Amino acid sequence: MTESTSAEQFGSSRVKRGLAEMLKGGVIMDVVTAAQARIAEDAGAVAVMALERVPADIRSQGGVARMSDPDLIDSIIAEVNIPVMAKARIGHFVEAQILEVLGVDYIDESEVLSPADYTNHIDKWNFTIPFVCGATNLGEALRRINEGAAMIRSKGEAGTGDVSEATKHIRTINGEIKRLTSMSRDELYVAAKELQAPYELVAEIAATGKLPVVLFTAGGVATPADAAMMMQLGADGVFVGSGIFKSGNPEQRAAAIVKAVTFYDDAKVIADVSRGLGEAMVGINVSDIAEPHRLATRGW
Amino acid sequence: MTILSSVGTRPAETAIPAGLRVGVLALQGDFREHAQVLRELGAEVDLVRRPEELDRIDGLVIPGGESSVMDKLARTFGLADPLKAAIAGGLPVYGTCAGLIMLADTILDGMNGQQSLGGLDIAVRRNAFGSQTASFETDLDVPALGELPVHAVFIRAPVVETVGPRATALAVLDDGRCVAVQQGNLLGTSFHPEITGEYRFHQYFLQKLVAAAR
Repeated sequence: MTESTSAEQFGSSRVKRGLAEMLKGGVIMDVVTAAQARIAEDAGAVAVMALERVPADIRSQGGVARMSDPDLIDSIIAEVNIPVMAKARIGHFVEAQILEVLGVDYIDESEVLSPADYTNHIDKWNFTIPFVCGATNLGEALRRINEGAAMIRSKGEAGTGDVSEATKHIRTINGEIKRLTSMSRDELYVAAKELQAPYELVAEIAATGKLPVVLFTAGGVATPADAAMMMQLGADGVFVGSGIFKSGNPEQRAAAIVKAVTFYDDAKVIADVSRGLGEAMVGINVSDIAEPHRLATRGW
Repeated sequence: MTILSSVGTRPAETAIPAGLRVGVLALQGDFREHAQVLRELGAEVDLVRRPEELDRIDGLVIPGGESSVMDKLARTFGLADPLKAAIAGGLPVYGTCAGLIMLADTILDGMNGQQSLGGLDIAVRRNAFGSQTASFETDLDVPALGELPVHAVFIRAPVVETVGPRATALAVLDDGRCVAVQQGNLLGTSFHPEITGEYRFHQYFLQKLVAAAR
């Protein structure tokens, strides 16, 4: 043990992962303007995700989706007091450098934007700011954690309002974790090989029965019931993208989803908050989206 | 990374009286980490989300999280007034970070209409260090807990800007800013012992506040 010192340490794993710990049991909402950020904060969002277009619009309008204009991000940071997250393209470390100097609180290296590198993700250890990354399975989650991600979100299929992929991904990740906990050490070496993940992380999860970082879920959550289902399936919290501001009554729906996440195991509360919310986002069935147009397959 | 002092410091003998029942406010935030520490120290733990769940607890922890969200949910679900009444009636409460903000009589830089439960004669500035890149960990002297420094993690943390005459500062940063306070049955810290394996604050809370008040 070293002599104690009062030196302050910034950007350590504990500090990065710690912010995600504080977001647990909360809802992180996609916003594209300062006015939407205001609505989200007033409705009880635990953080906002600043981006230029919500996934439903990226999907319908097509084209290359990139990091937001710094002016937009500045205006959202100025509007709210809760943490502000923003998206960088997969592998685009310069977008991440920009977001860090803008003073956002968390970077989402996101498959919702067009990837900038089809081989490598960002080396997230190089940054003081923490990163959240998407994953469809445990191996992908562990590769991201190995690269320095301080928070994981299951991907789902963003911009659809169809929760089925989110269900699949959270069930897959938690199922694979459970499987590891029942393995002997010789089996864990093979598991690490099959998961394409570092043995040390695999062994740690086999011992603890959980990821070393917070696990939220995302992609297709559109109703309070969707959000509560993700929590009952073991998510620590929920990202809602297009589901709020593509619905008929964003204020009320946002507040209802916040309440449903806190009382995720109380069907009576979830029933009450589900009343009279107006139209949910129209949505699109994931099965109707051709494989090359699915966002969840981005990331390696 | 060389770390330092008290990480992982567990008391060899906790000497917590049997049967203490402590609630952890579970509206949002890292309430499971608090519950875990309290259970390891020998307390019974109830997660509290409804007013009637306050009735049978001997003490309460308000966790880290987003104070404005806790405030909204506490008011919406009818928990704020019973909580204020319980605090006024002497219920021991320990708040970390957002929990400290909830216990402050005055919030500086709060949201539109943000309210606290109050009880601590202090003014707390929300998010006093800036964005997440300014979050940090450091060693902190806390004389009330003994000589070994506390390893403290500050995450978008508040500071106690004014300590009123009824409250006592328990720890200050090198620059003099107050980050831990006590006033009778109420204890508050800007930082998060629950995520560093630091058990002494919870032990102090259970022994000196909860057990003493029962």
